[in-house]
Amino acid sequence: MAGTLKVLDGGATTTLQDAGRHGYRSLGVALSGALDPLWLACANALVGNPADTVALEMRVLGPRLEIAQGSLCLALAGDAEVQLIRSNQNSSALPAWRSITLEAGDVLHIGAIRSGVAYLAVAGGIDVPEQLGSRSTYARAKIGGIDGRALRSGDILPGGDHAVVTTLAHPLTHAHGYAHATGPIRVLPGPQDDCFTEEALAIFFSTAYTVTHDLDRMGIRLSGARLTHHPAKGADIVSDGVTPGAIQAPADGQPILLLADCQTVGGYPKIATVISADLPRLAHLLPGMQVNFATVTRAQAHAALRAQAAALQEWIAGLAPHRPAGWVNEAALYGDNLISGMVDAGVNET
Amino acid sequence: MTNSPLVTPRLLPLGDAAWSVEFGDSIDPSLHARVMGFAQSLKNLQAENALPGVSEWVPSFRSLTVYFDPLQTDAEQLAATLLRVAGDSTEVVAHGRRWRIPVCFGGAGGPDLDDLARASGLDTDAMIARMTSTVFHVYMLGFMPGFPYMGGLPPEFSLPRLATPRKSVAARSLAVTGNLCAIYPWESPGGWRLLGRTPVNLFDAADSRRPALFAPGDTAMWQAIDAETFHSMEAEAARGQLDRAQFLVAEGSPWPVR
Repeated sequence: MAGTLKVLDGGATTTLQDAGRHGYRSLGVALSGALDPLWLACANALVGNPADTVALEMRVLGPRLEIAQGSLCLALAGDAEVQLIRSNQNSSALPAWRSITLEAGDVLHIGAIRSGVAYLAVAGGIDVPEQLGSRSTYARAKIGGIDGRALRSGDILPGGDHAVVTTLAHPLTHAHGYAHATGPIRVLPGPQDDCFTEEALAIFFSTAYTVTHDLDRMGIRLSGARLTHHPAKGADIVSDGVTPGAIQAPADGQPILLLADCQTVGGYPKIATVISADLPRLAHLLPGMQVNFATVTRAQAHAALRAQAAALQEWIAGLAPHRPAGWVNEAALYGDNLISGMVDAGVNET
Repeated sequence: MTNSPLVTPRLLPLGDAAWSVEFGDSIDPSLHARVMGFAQSLKNLQAENALPGVSEWVPSFRSLTVYFDPLQTDAEQLAATLLRVAGDSTEVVAHGRRWRIPVCFGGAGGPDLDDLARASGLDTDAMIARMTSTVFHVYMLGFMPGFPYMGGLPPEFSLPRLATPRKSVAARSLAVTGNLCAIYPWESPGGWRLLGRTPVNLFDAADSRRPALFAPGDTAMWQAIDAETFHSMEAEAARGQLDRAQFLVAEGSPWPVR
């Protein structure tokens, strides 16, 4: 039987997210979904789930969770401070990038999310209903997740059905976390780069912008050298379609990076748009960080996306059974028939 | 509709996974009719599986944005297809559904009605008469799910947004600003001028086929109702018993005369 998670404390802003709500943007419904779908895929792979399975997206400060009943296999993707307090009161740090099966009474105390965003996946996913084709939380329309809001104390998260996923014979781990590309954030200019002066464009691609405290799942306000609008065009356009990754600049000339929960249309000129391959990196920007932008060609953007898909597959292929310290290769000692019985009995657990 | 010469559409890149096709740079019914004509052509193409990797598109006032998966679609080839189809698309008017939506004007739900009437030189009754004899048409949905940006507001009611937006606008408020009219689907902050409220829900996530009441290209007229009718219809809606289909105007039939 799949176990159940009870939320003891929701943390700063913990939401349930999957691959997002596609196909409803013409009705004004935001895409939503994981800010970093790559780490979502990693967390899910560690527990044997398909890449897009709904998981907990944690930002700033994580939640406190208790296994209320049954047992649950879960895994963390990201850099976070996590304390595991077993039901026998033994306490230890929970390492990321490794799956573990927890039992009723075990408590996870997730503290600072140092990587800006982190994901906690549960084998079988979280059993909440799909709304408009997705389980992603979308606060503005109060849909998805739990009542369309961030998790809070008292929420019950039923683990999904283990029968629909591959049950892991043993915990999985990876030698290293999935690492994102580094260097400037790559963009394609436009769609309204012609609304800005030549100087503004030169400044945008040559100076660093600072991430402000004004950031949420809709977008990130940056501060830095002012982006002056072309006097003939002005700072307002007739609203048109936008997308996560679009970089708009209102009259104050300070850029705003749009993220997964952004509106579907907008009336500020967009100087450039982040390429698909670099969208997951935006999830990890924290106040005070510096960010640079660089133009690439469409062909380079395409190559980067292909390379990223391949790198993710390679990372997932690199998952290996977790062997705790003192682990003895009993298969080699006693033969395969014996060890299979022992794995089923759960002795290979951390 | 006049036979205005067809403007040549412009293609703009919105990153590596979307193209915007732009027909002009103003809010204008005939430009929007081109947008809706293009949307119709795309729908036909998709029905023939001629748009591989295209996930969705968003019509707006004067342009249409097409979203695609760059790993499944040759972006340049799609661009050429979009420009060709957009260039051939003609104006489509009144292509959507027609609605007659009940609105309770004035009172607590319409705090700006009297001000707007005064500014236009009409008395309040005459203003309501003018609002309920006007056909509005939905340019696009945005800002929040189901929020319709509608054109057709009589020019005498054109006022800028409030200098200080309200912290809270009630759900289902009928609002105007500039030459636009809209209804707020949910309670939200907002700077538009509020004329009244409708008991009809604008967005229902449980209806996955048609979650939003309005779609781009729809047209609507308002029907004045009194406070008592408003409250009883609102209660019906809260129980999930207010069938939205009853507010549709049958195809082919004329707009009801007040």
